Amino acid sequence: MEFGVEEVFETAGMILFENFDIRAVTLGVNLKDLIDRDAGRLAEDTQERLAGLGRRLVSEAGALSESMGLPIINKRLSITPAAWLIEPCAQADAPLVLAQALDRAACEAGVDFIGGFGALVQKGATAADRRIMESLPQVLSSTQRLCGFLNLASTLAGMNMDAIVRLGHILKDMAAAADKGIACAKFVAFCNAPEDNPFMAGAFHGGGEADAALNVGISGPGVVRAVVDKHPEADLTELSEIIRRTVFKITRGGELVGRELARRLGVPFGVVDISLAPTTAIGDSVGRILEGMGLERVGAPGTTAALALLIDAVKKGGAMASGRVGGLSGTFIPVSEDEAMIEAVQMGALSLEKLEAMTAVCSVGLDMFAVPGDTSAGTLSAIIADELAIGMANDKTTGVRVIPAPGTVAGDMIDFGGLLGRAPVMPVCGFSGEAFVARGGSMPPPIRSLRN
Amino acid sequence: MEKERVFVVVLGKDQKGIIAQVSGLLFQHGANIEDVQQKVMDGTFVMTMLVDISESASGSAGLRKALDELAESLGLKVMLHNEAVIKAMHRI
Repeated sequence: MEFGVEEVFETAGMILFENFDIRAVTLGVNLKDLIDRDAGRLAEDTQERLAGLGRRLVSEAGALSESMGLPIINKRLSITPAAWLIEPCAQADAPLVLAQALDRAACEAGVDFIGGFGALVQKGATAADRRIMESLPQVLSSTQRLCGFLNLASTLAGMNMDAIVRLGHILKDMAAAADKGIACAKFVAFCNAPEDNPFMAGAFHGGGEADAALNVGISGPGVVRAVVDKHPEADLTELSEIIRRTVFKITRGGELVGRELARRLGVPFGVVDISLAPTTAIGDSVGRILEGMGLERVGAPGTTAALALLIDAVKKGGAMASGRVGGLSGTFIPVSEDEAMIEAVQMGALSLEKLEAMTAVCSVGLDMFAVPGDTSAGTLSAIIADELAIGMANDKTTGVRVIPAPGTVAGDMIDFGGLLGRAPVMPVCGFSGEAFVARGGSMPPPIRSLRN
Repeated sequence: MEKERVFVVVLGKDQKGIIAQVSGLLFQHGANIEDVQQKVMDGTFVMTMLVDISESASGSAGLRKALDELAESLGLKVMLHNEAVIKAMHRI
């Protein structure tokens, strides 16, 4: 036999015992050709196209998962940013009409989420961008499967502080609009948002994309954790090598699924996003990998360095395995979706400030964390500005998914259920930065943006 | 007809008749066993069979269901992977 029993067993064991799966297959869909002055017609055409494509995605992904023997967990759609679609619609409630059609399409097709209800406002906002922004509280609290985003900063354009100031208020409204502030869990504020990200809540089908593209997000924190645990004596050079080899294998599995699914759907294959994405399942945790490296708890001194080593090894292993790595391709550290992160916050090992420091060496940023319900709009804006500044200054993606959970105080626990997990409410520094962000305007891009 | 090869992976506590029962089931489903390996790893019995299912009326879904039922009755775990997955993950 060409393959040894150890090799076949390794793959089976990854799936059986270590939660290896294809986390998301996301079909990006261009909708620009459906733009219409009549919001009703735009909504109708959009729903028809997405429901049809979504049904095929769900059906083909199920069949492929069965024939390959690799679990494919989430089937998703991402669309052209909604602000571009409603540009010519004079109808006041056009954003809501479109949002409801998108949600209906997702439900009809059986896809888990649909992303792209957002706008790119890093340099300035159009009237349509502003309408989408202002509609977010109502839209995300009245739909089930729709996700929203805003890109508020970039290394090339700088940071749109006026929009960030406004977003602070919108987030407060969004939190109040649905139970436990759950609408906020379906929204992410970005710097340097990638146009081919398969992961929610921030997926959208960018302006530089073809009519359709199939992007894949793989998973594997449990797999990486298992190999780290098996090598307690390895020094950091050896550890990096061990992680690289493992990530190489799981990325190859993801690429195979992506290319084959794209072929079956008759669309171009987009990218493999090699991000390590934790889930609420026991052991499927990025925090546990870091602890396996030798940290007593996530948040202890050494955490940022350990995370830097991890993400570097993930990128190198993934980049060698696939010619089309893209999306976020970092390491996700969502507090509510990672058992070790939750524990670390509860024990006082992990603070918001340390979490922010960790995001300087991995993509994605401050993800799925709750703050007290009385956190002011200005403080939310300041937290977002800090995180986006890390992305802007370092030419990388960062994002913020914050839940100012109504009626909560630091130390409370918010249980969202399902994939979104449960979030311990984290204390926020009691000193204010509101006067700084309230200056508004646009923060100039860093000198590294002048590279031509 | 082009071959469609899958790996059947059986793991658990060693016991009499595993190979016989799995082979019998594969035969019933029209699958052709091309190779068999087995080993005890970390105290666990592991058997892999490379199987051509191109002439099986059950297909991978039917075969997986039947294998799951057999494995459950024997207190074992069984996995089915397309050969392409193993090739992609373990060969450049």
